[in-house]
Amino acid sequence: MFGLKGDWSLEVKERYFTLEDYCGAEPRWCTGCGDHGILAAVHRVCRDAQLKPEKTVAVSGIGCSSRLPHYMNTYGFHGLHGRALPVACGVKSRRPDLDVWVATGDGDCFSIGAAHWIHAMRYNMDLTVLVFDNGIYGLTKKQTSPTTPLDVPTNTHPSGALLPPMNPLTVTLGITNISFIAQIVDWNAQLRHEVIKKAHAHKGTSFVRIIQRCPVYVESIGKTLQDEPARLKLLTHEKGVQVDDTVKRQFPNHAEHDPSDIHAAREFAENPDELPLGILYLNPDAPRYDLMSAAGLEMTAEERLAGLNEALDHFAI
Amino acid sequence: MSDSHVEGDTRYLFKRDKTWWVKVAVPRTLRDELGYDLRRSLHTHDLEAARATRWEVIEEFRSEIEKVKALRGGETDEGKQSPGNRESRNGKSQAGPIAVDQHIVEIVSDSGEGAQKCGQLMGLVSGKMGNGVWTVEIIPAEIQPPARSQQGASGIRVRMGSKYMTNMGNEADMVVAFNEQVLYSRIQNGAYREGTVVLLENMWAEDPEPAVREQYAEALADFKQRGLVVHELPIQQECLKIVSDPRKGKNMFVLGMLCHIYDRDTTMAKEEIAKIFRKKSDTVIKINHDLLYAGYAFARDNIDYQFSITTAPEDRLDSVVVINGNQAAGLGVMAAGIEMVAMYPITPATSASHYLAEDFHLTGGFVHQAEDEIAAIGFAIGSSYAGKTACTITSGPGIALKTEMIGLAVMAEIPLVIIDVQRGGPATGLPTKIEQGDLLAALFGAPGDAPKVVLAASTISECFHFVVMARKLAESFRTPVLILTDANLATGVQAIERPDVTDEWFAPPIDQSPWDRNVPPYDWDEKTGLSERPIPGMRGGEYILTGLAHNRNSKIAYDTRSNQEGMDMRSRKLAALAATLKAPEVHGDPEGDLLIVGWGSTIGAIEEAVDLARAAGKNVSSVHLRFLSPLEPGLKEIFSRFRKIKTIELNYSDAPDAPLSGIENRRYAQLAYALRAHTLMDIDCWSKVPGHPLSPATIGRVIDETLEQMEGAE
Repeated sequence: MFGLKGDWSLEVKERYFTLEDYCGAEPRWCTGCGDHGILAAVHRVCRDAQLKPEKTVAVSGIGCSSRLPHYMNTYGFHGLHGRALPVACGVKSRRPDLDVWVATGDGDCFSIGAAHWIHAMRYNMDLTVLVFDNGIYGLTKKQTSPTTPLDVPTNTHPSGALLPPMNPLTVTLGITNISFIAQIVDWNAQLRHEVIKKAHAHKGTSFVRIIQRCPVYVESIGKTLQDEPARLKLLTHEKGVQVDDTVKRQFPNHAEHDPSDIHAAREFAENPDELPLGILYLNPDAPRYDLMSAAGLEMTAEERLAGLNEALDHFAI
Repeated sequence: MSDSHVEGDTRYLFKRDKTWWVKVAVPRTLRDELGYDLRRSLHTHDLEAARATRWEVIEEFRSEIEKVKALRGGETDEGKQSPGNRESRNGKSQAGPIAVDQHIVEIVSDSGEGAQKCGQLMGLVSGKMGNGVWTVEIIPAEIQPPARSQQGASGIRVRMGSKYMTNMGNEADMVVAFNEQVLYSRIQNGAYREGTVVLLENMWAEDPEPAVREQYAEALADFKQRGLVVHELPIQQECLKIVSDPRKGKNMFVLGMLCHIYDRDTTMAKEEIAKIFRKKSDTVIKINHDLLYAGYAFARDNIDYQFSITTAPEDRLDSVVVINGNQAAGLGVMAAGIEMVAMYPITPATSASHYLAEDFHLTGGFVHQAEDEIAAIGFAIGSSYAGKTACTITSGPGIALKTEMIGLAVMAEIPLVIIDVQRGGPATGLPTKIEQGDLLAALFGAPGDAPKVVLAASTISECFHFVVMARKLAESFRTPVLILTDANLATGVQAIERPDVTDEWFAPPIDQSPWDRNVPPYDWDEKTGLSERPIPGMRGGEYILTGLAHNRNSKIAYDTRSNQEGMDMRSRKLAALAATLKAPEVHGDPEGDLLIVGWGSTIGAIEEAVDLARAAGKNVSSVHLRFLSPLEPGLKEIFSRFRKIKTIELNYSDAPDAPLSGIENRRYAQLAYALRAHTLMDIDCWSKVPGHPLSPATIGRVIDETLEQMEGAE
């Protein structure tokens, strides 16, 4: 790790980052909350990729998930409810050198920020988007979210959620120009790490829906899935995610799925009985808006001044 | 422009020391001999008596003016007599153009017939020929309102003059109408006077529909009744010689006519037409050129009067650009070194982004059309946070949607330039029409205390320069800066001095040098509230920006002390900025009876009205505010030198005599509201929401009435 290469040659690096270099404030999530594991995975991926903390920006909205930037030792932007994606896109628009992460939740992304979710996916700027989906509003204390399962009682629907939950995967798979969609559960460390690592390495918007446990308000959601792994289906492929046998043993259902096949991805996403885990869809060639929005970045002041005078000439006599 | 709000007829009358006088203005070219106006006391305090006896005096003055005019053997300006009867007056035609100081021409049509394009080109050519120009677009809210409808009028007013033009002026001298019905909405707006020449498309007289023929005949009689001088012209018939569908193309024919009537340079018009249609085929350009020349020839052969508006060399600007306010704002964005504009389509702001989409690449910029208003400002904030101060351009409803984000930019001290091209509100309101209704929303829109810088551009030139200033202020004071412009500035075309641009106006390259870890991200200076900000990429400056209450370290802090300190520091920045500002200049004497206070695009009309009133011996001055937050200093001191202070605004206020309102619970116009709170002075207001700019004549009447009331109250 320390610069030692496969051929035993030693690469001396000016800076080497350890996990600690990415750790910000002490997380204040509840005990047993799935967010802790996701944060650990993010720290690890940053460390493995040796991201410079000063060149890394974690953007979030509002909610339990959106506290994540405070627990990073990078730059961070803890903004408004639902608005993480437009801000993150703006950060990336003229700063291709920055590594931008987005932490959002099911309320933040799928409800108040739904418009931005749809459009940010289509922009396909180089962002790593992690949706912490616990199926409940946690920070405001147990209100129904778009993904709260039917009949789960909440403070806004005490006799249970009235409508079937939204399926964020099928919605996302319906958006033009998407380039990376994955789903994981927070409680499998290896799969979690592998998928987030792939998501980060992907050039374009990577959308990772993380089914995440909230033991305080809706323990049943995570517990059911944890107790009945047969309700999940692990998707592996050489182009997608590859895990070792220990992971495969934990998820008895698995299938080979080529993530370039969007039709197959949609079929897996639609199955309510076996929630897919792994990378559903991957297209490294989708047009990237961040490459377009950065146009002209390299221009010098002299060139800009000449351009400005040319613009004025259009109105001159 | 409407007379309707004036109680009683006081035309040609004014009051001095309770006695009524008659006054008749003298045409500009005769002023060396007769003075500015002719006036005589009627020796009565009674308005009714004055009304009765004035006509004799007026007639006498008029004949005196005519006599001098005749002696000089030429025609004069002001369009006081109609060009239509010129031939009969001096018995000859082709006498060469009549020199005028200024002329106002309108072109009105159904939507989609290109009247605006025609007027814009007229303004452009006039500006390029050295004239002062001001244009106002007349825009229906619908894209395709029904044809020949009174409310569907689409068009443009072009005021051309020898001097620099600052406003739309009073009644038009000439109007070209593509049908007779569209004239009615303009007549309702008081756009014309007795003697205004109407060049009217006459095809409707022969329309296959009897109802249309009837409408046309009725309108014609009505126009004559109203004193309009109507010339029916076979415009359609002439255009049909060149194009099969004159709905497209008639405008260029009319431009050709106007080029002859106003002695405009057709080569210049030809070039501008080629520029407009450069993306179309050469055939299209040729057809439009043919129409232009056909119109020119038609006017030459059929219209026997011609005007020239010359500009003295000393009045010519050295170097001119002819632009509207939205183009000016777009150029300002480029001149400020801003590289990112994030917007969502909204009238009347969008044309600024249209312009930028065309030229922004010349300075390396990018227009992001976001999915909604909130995303637009969010995107801009993201770019700003990352070190590239961005701009978002919108109108009132967009400001409403962006409010929470503006609050975030204030709270987290993110530099940002926001341009609000105001239109009529609330809700969807009057999308295409002018109002100054967003001031209080700009000042106080966000929940909690959200101090920010608010500027109001009053001229097209300021639409440019204020963006440059705003970017600088935003970064120096680490705050959003809101620039208010309006629908009148947005579409008004003016010839302005070409800005002498420099790369010093550009934002410096992003600072990526290491940040001293011992300096917190909000290292507030106790005296000014100012602090430097770390920018992503600066090693050692890593911090988590938050919209929550926070301390100097940007750590979430809900405690009393931190919250109070953050609020204090953000407010102190405005005080620090105010301390650097100068008191506004008073237009006119620094003391007197009445001080008119305005803001925004009304400046030209207010100052023209004040100048006229002062020339008539009235003790009135005006002051125009550019900084609304913080307010410019010294206002109380300036106000204290006048007997009465009155704001004139294009937003709503209760009339002082409105039922149930009364003086105690009267709702004041927005600037008056702010100034009353700021100065604790009894500042009055006159405001209306007519959906069009104020004319100098309207403001002149307000001045007269106010002074009369002041005298009456003594």
